[in-house]
Amino acid sequence: MPHFLGRPLARVLFPLVLAALVVWIARWVLTADLARSVTTGAVAGGFLFCGWAVLSAAWRRVSNQPGHPLYPAVCAIRAYWKANQRRLAPWLFLAPGCLMFAVYVIIPIFQSIWISFYDWDGLGEAQWIGTANYAEMATDPNMVTSFRNNILWLVLYMLALPAGLLIAIFLNQTIRGIRLYKSLFFFPFVISQVVVGLIFSWFYAPGFGLLYKVIEGITGQGIAILADPDLVTFGIIAAGLWPQIAYVMILYLTGLNNVAPDQVEAARLDGAKGWRMLWYVILPQLRPATFIAVVVTVIGALRSFDLVSIMTSGGPFGSSRVLSYYMYEQALSEYGYRMGYGAAIAVVLFAIMMIFISGFIWKMWRDETER
Amino acid sequence: MVHSKTGALAVVAALLMSTTAMAQDQRVLKYNADYDPIPLAAMEALIADFEAANPDVDVQLNNFDHEGYKTAIRNFLTADSPDLANWYAGNRMAPFVKAGQFMDVSDVWEANGLGESLASAKASMTIDGKQWGVPYTYYQWGIYYNRDAYKAAGVDLPGPDGITWDQFIQNCEKFKAAGIDCMTTGSKALWPVAGIFDYLSLRTNGYEWHMDLTAGKVEWTDPKVRDVFAQFARLQPYVTANHAAIDWQDAAALMVQGKAANYVMGNFAVGVFREGGMTNDTLGFMVFPEITPGIPRAEDAPTDTIHIPTGAQNVADAKKFLAFVASPDAQTKWNAAVGQLPTNKNSTVPQDDPFLVAGFEMLSTAHALAQFFDRDAPAEMAKAGMEGFQQFLVQPDQLDNILARLEQVRQQVYK
Repeated sequence: MPHFLGRPLARVLFPLVLAALVVWIARWVLTADLARSVTTGAVAGGFLFCGWAVLSAAWRRVSNQPGHPLYPAVCAIRAYWKANQRRLAPWLFLAPGCLMFAVYVIIPIFQSIWISFYDWDGLGEAQWIGTANYAEMATDPNMVTSFRNNILWLVLYMLALPAGLLIAIFLNQTIRGIRLYKSLFFFPFVISQVVVGLIFSWFYAPGFGLLYKVIEGITGQGIAILADPDLVTFGIIAAGLWPQIAYVMILYLTGLNNVAPDQVEAARLDGAKGWRMLWYVILPQLRPATFIAVVVTVIGALRSFDLVSIMTSGGPFGSSRVLSYYMYEQALSEYGYRMGYGAAIAVVLFAIMMIFISGFIWKMWRDETER
Repeated sequence: MVHSKTGALAVVAALLMSTTAMAQDQRVLKYNADYDPIPLAAMEALIADFEAANPDVDVQLNNFDHEGYKTAIRNFLTADSPDLANWYAGNRMAPFVKAGQFMDVSDVWEANGLGESLASAKASMTIDGKQWGVPYTYYQWGIYYNRDAYKAAGVDLPGPDGITWDQFIQNCEKFKAAGIDCMTTGSKALWPVAGIFDYLSLRTNGYEWHMDLTAGKVEWTDPKVRDVFAQFARLQPYVTANHAAIDWQDAAALMVQGKAANYVMGNFAVGVFREGGMTNDTLGFMVFPEITPGIPRAEDAPTDTIHIPTGAQNVADAKKFLAFVASPDAQTKWNAAVGQLPTNKNSTVPQDDPFLVAGFEMLSTAHALAQFFDRDAPAEMAKAGMEGFQQFLVQPDQLDNILARLEQVRQQVYK
């Protein structure tokens, strides 16, 4: 028996758990009510727990009885484990993560690619249409808009780097209450993207929005940024930059903590200051922070979805769409009944992301092998 | 160790307790719906009536956010099916019927004589000669207007027979001079602009042509489509400028505040107008003006429906509930509370609500009823079309591009 089952309380508990489980299974089989999913989880957990308890009890009993017919098998498994423990242990620790990653990431990628060759409304029969979805994409004006917007996002999102660096350097000083100022600057990153989107929608809102009123006050004619097909994407990117700058700032702030003071000192003795100090002494030491900042900014730009969805739903007439939002619209939204086309857009977005991701991985690999 | 024991005890206790708590003899009827607060309260009252008449049934209403529901239904129909689900009539239910997700309920219609009492809605509930759900309400569309805004701009109020289209456009010029938006709309969610288009199309070319258009039988580059957009172009300069950035409720606020005069909307908006402080003295309603003389008058009257998913567990009680919702009394009660029109012709309409009386009169004398652009046209065409209407209101000079794109979509959608 496992050690805790030997105790009196556990002796009572174990049958109780079993009895409760039996009752639950019976209920689950006989009725179908709303607690079913909870029940299923509890039952599965109970089974796992009991199975583990029974198995480990059996294992202990056998290994304490040299005469037991299964004793040699237990010994052989023990010996194998002893000999290969160092080799197997990392894989065992990795196994749950690998399993999850395979089920929720790797396999869906291939499923997506597979679905992109079908015409499927998500409900009925899927029909194989080969590369027709990709051919349609080439002539789809919405695709061009989404793609152009994605590039705008990528380019303009990079403004988060210099802006974040500037604020980080500005805040990297020791005065009273600096922690408070730092947290205030970091605040936009802490709040949800949805909230950021709402705040900026109100900021831009025609009639009562702050920015609208200011422009109206200056020029006499307010501009509804989110209703203007030429300005709308810039308006959303500005909203996205707000938290992104905060994120980059915090990365640079931690980076600045690690800047070697002796090097700064030495540079100062050599007469470096201002821009030259920043460019030749500080920035090279911030390279790891810059790398991470570029990675998160590129990925943040490519997966821009929440803000578009909250602020404009891709409008007006689709002019603020990005690839991820267009994919959602085609496959999953109210008027989207085209899983195949949506999957094809996802594949294209994935391919674009792969360019960047392989670049990053290649750089990390090169850095590690050079060391 | 001690902690794990108390934890285990707690788990056991919880398991045992919840077992006893759920041991009741009622049959559960799960109902997924997407009601806004006022309709929700009305439906809860109706459910209470149903449960009082059927004490052995426990209706569990699971209410979704209205917009989110449209996406959620596609998941829960296949994954975790309720016994009843809200949806819409016409082409909007076709994908679910064709995929076998909705149950044929012709027997409910047969057994309760609904073919006769729900005659006006029967056509829109029928696919392949069978009925796939039960309608419980519909509502009229038309022009709601602010009488105070008319007075402020010095424009004569429309008479009991409404006004002519030319007169309407002339009024718009006066409103513009007074700094009031003649026509308001909030097209952030796209569909409100489709109401304007529907009416321009129904009034310019008639119901049959409009149905052909939404059924994909008419090319979008057809000269008759351009006739519709020619009328649209007359209205375009007088529509609220920033409509693309605001929701329909925001536009309703503009009308409540007197910054806008007219609003092409469904009768559900009356609740919002009233909440904003409008009364029967300030809020007016008129039938959309005639454009091409002599065309039989057709109206938009979207029908809301309840269906039984194929995966339903409790079909017998679900059918009982459908029959109950279709009954004249239930429909009278629900629609009076919500301010919409019952589909059952034996129901009554509260005579003290001028908008319901007007709507009932308008729909019962109409030549035909359309469901609304995004229910008459297939989803993809509807989306592209509404984007086109929105773009036309912002960039009227892009008409040729818009029509060419819609024609491209039409050829893809109706293969």
